[in-house]
Amino acid sequence: MKLKNFIITFVSAIALLLSTATISFAKVVGDKIILGAAVSLTGKYSSNGVHTQNGYNMAVERINSMGGVKVGGKTYKFDIIYYDDESNPKRAAQLAERLISQDGVEFMLGPYSSGLTKAMAPVTEKYGVPMVEANGASRSLFTKGYKYLFAVLAPANLYLDVAIRTAVELNGGKGVKIAQAFEQDAFSQDVRLGILDAAKDTGSEIVIDDKLPKELNDMAATLAKVKAVKPDVLVVSGHTKGALTAIRQIAEMKVDVPMLAMTHCDAAKLSKQHGKNAQYALCASQWHKTLTYKDKWFKDGMTYDADFTKMFGYAPPYQAAESSAALLVFKDAFERANSFDQKKVRDALAATDMQTFYGNIKFAPGGQNVSKPMVLFQVICDSSGKCENKVVAPLKWASAKLVHPVPKWSER
Amino acid sequence: MDLLIFQAPILMVQASMDGILLGILFALIAYGMALQWGVMNIINIAQGDLVILGGYIAYFMYLYGIHPAWGVIVSPIIMYFVGIGIYKLVINKVVDRDLFISILATFGISILFMQLMNFAFGADVVLANSGYGTTMLFDNSVTLPNSKIFAAIISIIFAIGLVLYMKKSKLGRAIRATAQNARAAKILGVDTEKVYAATFGINAALCGVAGALISITFTIHPYMGLPYTIRSFMIVIVAGLGNLPGVALSGMGLGVFEEFADYILGTEFRIGSVFLLLVLILVYRRFKLSKKREYLK
Repeated sequence: MKLKNFIITFVSAIALLLSTATISFAKVVGDKIILGAAVSLTGKYSSNGVHTQNGYNMAVERINSMGGVKVGGKTYKFDIIYYDDESNPKRAAQLAERLISQDGVEFMLGPYSSGLTKAMAPVTEKYGVPMVEANGASRSLFTKGYKYLFAVLAPANLYLDVAIRTAVELNGGKGVKIAQAFEQDAFSQDVRLGILDAAKDTGSEIVIDDKLPKELNDMAATLAKVKAVKPDVLVVSGHTKGALTAIRQIAEMKVDVPMLAMTHCDAAKLSKQHGKNAQYALCASQWHKTLTYKDKWFKDGMTYDADFTKMFGYAPPYQAAESSAALLVFKDAFERANSFDQKKVRDALAATDMQTFYGNIKFAPGGQNVSKPMVLFQVICDSSGKCENKVVAPLKWASAKLVHPVPKWSER
Repeated sequence: MDLLIFQAPILMVQASMDGILLGILFALIAYGMALQWGVMNIINIAQGDLVILGGYIAYFMYLYGIHPAWGVIVSPIIMYFVGIGIYKLVINKVVDRDLFISILATFGISILFMQLMNFAFGADVVLANSGYGTTMLFDNSVTLPNSKIFAAIISIIFAIGLVLYMKKSKLGRAIRATAQNARAAKILGVDTEKVYAATFGINAALCGVAGALISITFTIHPYMGLPYTIRSFMIVIVAGLGNLPGVALSGMGLGVFEEFADYILGTEFRIGSVFLLLVLILVYRRFKLSKKREYLK
């Protein structure tokens, strides 16, 4: 009896070992290149996590259907193993470890948000796994000397830089008075540092510098100060909550400020939730569908927008577009490296210089994309109350003229 | 440190008005907490999550084209039954145990509610627009959103209504009797089980009203409940149990204190200053108690 038990245990142990062993060679199986990704499908980042996943899936489907990736004369197709990181940095780091050491993934895609990317980067770096990420913009990601981390998006400190420079330009090159309110998290504080740099460069003065706690949903005090001080520019960055709260309370308190610039208006669907109250707000964005960048997979922004809407039933926010671009970068790097050696792929990634529908991509030594500027769009409503986001800066891609200064509430 | 408020005294008026309006809303939530704390000896950590759930009810009415102000009627009705449901499922098992068990249980409910709301409604921040416009005072230098004024008025109406109900109705008398001495009330024929369920339901209904008002004045999000729990806890601690005027006053006081802390210390210290105040008040109370001989341990 004992012997029988022993044999059963032994056989099942061997079977188990074999079954995991086959998964362990998962990086390139047959004609498949398997990428690993931990994205937030539940928890507080779940909506943007889903945008990220949809962006990845869209690109995988497109690249595979258009002939896949050619390496060493053979054609491969992309496949992605997903895990849900529950919007939790600790979980994200565990999952990165699991993807690499258990699932044997040798190439990774990034998660959603700077915080989670920060948690995963040390792991991928330790194992020498190249990671192309599309949703972590925090400056601190690119100052740690990571060799295997590449971001297709512009770093956070550049988000609202262009707004300040535009305001100074409109002021005849003289410095402006800036009021700013930023949430206390890695991303928003990076945006703030960018504003401080821009203010220093242009000789502008910061008259209000509020930091918003994460749980705050009332900005009345900051806005009352803005009314009293009358700055030239009001800058707000506090994710979706910050954008929605700011617009609601600016309209309610009738705060007149010549320029209002924010982040996360795309995700906040400002014009949809607030209608005409959101009018004239300037929003920083990584991408907009009217930009005229082109590539051969998605053609251009408008086509991407239409295809994405057809596939997922909603218009793509920039989080989805940049995620799709990450796959294009991987494909390009594999083909140039002509190998699946991690080191060679890493070097090929570092030498990337390409145009995608999302923008030009070229990595600085720190891993951030330096060849794609941020765009600013302005919420413009027509007389029937229908609002649209129109690109107003930089001038090269502008599809509408910037309305400046913003009309007073009493005149609207 | 920002001294702008002293240079422009009109800001003080703005801060006080904002604070009072905000405080009245806090007081409504705190009143519900004080009620069930007094009657059932339960500190409800899920208080803020009930508020947010109430807010989602108003938000969904708004989505379907109904004016969100009707939420202050619909939301408490639905939330009353949610409250009864929670009582029947969980709270009745912890109601006569010690405070620690009930804190753990309601903490669990709080986490469950957050996750369920996130699952059901998504992680987006949402709000309902009332379109009520703005009241401008002092030549447009003090602005009060009408939605905040509406929220304060509705809160006062519900608070007064509840006080009257407690005084006049049979159930109200039973609740008060149970709060004074549950055992004696039971002996005299009060069905305490029913009283407990009703108390929890009434508390949830008050949270529903507050939630609907918050969705009109601020924003709601599945994970935003905790600050409301903390504020109401703080108000109840300051006012003491069963002291309704105290709850209203300390609610408004807290609102004004928060606004001034925001102006003077900076927005980043707003919530922190609430905690600091809580610690100071607890220390002060302890100090005062230690002077009275009969309270010495």
